[in-house]
Amino acid sequence: MGELRADRAVCIGAGMCVMTDDAVFDQDDDGIVVLLNENPEVDEKVRSAVDACPSGALSIREE
Amino acid sequence: MTETARTRPDQGMAEAPSGPGLEGRSVEELPLHMRRSGFDPAPELRAIREGEGVRKIRTPFGLEAWMVTRWSDVREVLGDAATFSNEWQPQRRMAGLPGMPKRSPEELARMRAGNLLAFDPPAHTRLRRMLTPEFTGRRMARLEPRVREIVDQHLDAMERAGSPADLVADFALPVPSLVICELLGVPYEDRAEFQRRSAKLLDLSRPMDERMRAGDEQRAYMASLVAREQADPGEGLLGMLVREHGEDLTTDELVGIANLLLIAGHETTSNMLGLGTLALMDHPDQLALVRDDPDAIGPAVEELLRWLSIVHSGTFKTTTRPAEIAGHAIAEGELVMLSIPAANRDPALLEEPERLDVRRGALGHVAFGHGVHHCLGAPLARMEMRIAFPALLQRFPDLRPASEDRRFRSFNVVYGMESLPVAWGGA
Repeated sequence: MGELRADRAVCIGAGMCVMTDDAVFDQDDDGIVVLLNENPEVDEKVRSAVDACPSGALSIREE
Repeated sequence: MTETARTRPDQGMAEAPSGPGLEGRSVEELPLHMRRSGFDPAPELRAIREGEGVRKIRTPFGLEAWMVTRWSDVREVLGDAATFSNEWQPQRRMAGLPGMPKRSPEELARMRAGNLLAFDPPAHTRLRRMLTPEFTGRRMARLEPRVREIVDQHLDAMERAGSPADLVADFALPVPSLVICELLGVPYEDRAEFQRRSAKLLDLSRPMDERMRAGDEQRAYMASLVAREQADPGEGLLGMLVREHGEDLTTDELVGIANLLLIAGHETTSNMLGLGTLALMDHPDQLALVRDDPDAIGPAVEELLRWLSIVHSGTFKTTTRPAEIAGHAIAEGELVMLSIPAANRDPALLEEPERLDVRRGALGHVAFGHGVHHCLGAPLARMEMRIAFPALLQRFPDLRPASEDRRFRSFNVVYGMESLPVAWGGA
């Protein structure tokens, strides 16, 4: 488990997270990351989205 | 069959070099990061990756740089813009080299304006954020029908003209070129000229002064388009930038942005389409999969991006402070360059990295880079490829090379094919 964090100030809008898991991630009209729900389950897919994020905007705080 | 890179036939040894260009050199003298063996990075690059990891090399322009080859190191360098800066160092250093045109600091600053690849955050972030909305998944979905139409039109024309055809001239180049023109709002009628100029600019086998002249002409052309958009903003990306950011962006910045996107938009996807088609024709079972299974293309595009790694190196970085890569101390102010093909064939990224297997489609590759400069147009490139490869293979199910001679083009910023004769049907 862990807590997913998305830093909108760091995001460059590459959209890799949405491509990896569009049930958890979205982009707003400016292309910046939005989490579709507050506390998504941190599964394999979410972890690969975090790994794929080019800007380092996504992180998981392990509990 | 020639599996090695070749220089342009018109660039023989007899031609005297007129600057720090590389004209007339043999394959063995290609800069290390551009050396390939067919689709593969040269064995020398793999040897560095498996050995010391980084090596100090002499670049084509006489500067020394550290060549980084391992996947994890390449990702680390790309991910750390504060230590590995994109700011214009190499160009500034190169400006002092013999054979380079003399330009004033003001002129260099104007040439750099708007070029996202020449800035670090926060200056880079400011420009990137203006462009990001144009490349979201939703924006791409809106463009998709038009891209399908463009792809089909070019396939129709190929079918009408009949087998054989040159896949580069008839499909791989014009499709992305028309797409980026429409997206930006650049008149497609002007393509012959700007395609010629951008090809020259990126072709390292040409004399430096010729390449620089092509760059100047290209900027002058863009300046005329930008002036037109400023007077009467159109529906394309350039018009949007003028309407929404016209107060914030200088004219030089608009020219720089437009220039970068136009060149990046057709020189990259077009070479992926050309080389990718050849790679699939060499692997008929994988070609059949991409042709027949609609779910295959997503992973296939990622695997082709990884395996082909058409951008040899990306931009040079300059260290802003002492750093360590693969256990080697790198001092402040040194140049660092990356071998994208070596990194993407690193066993640390995936098993059996030398094998093309379109079924796997690992996402961790660095073909689009990583970090804040991760390719802005990646969503567009992916969308174009996901449409173009299956459409091409469905239209010509038995597509095959029409010549044994493989004209790889390696003396270039982007790896690709000069031409790719293909045949289908009985012909």
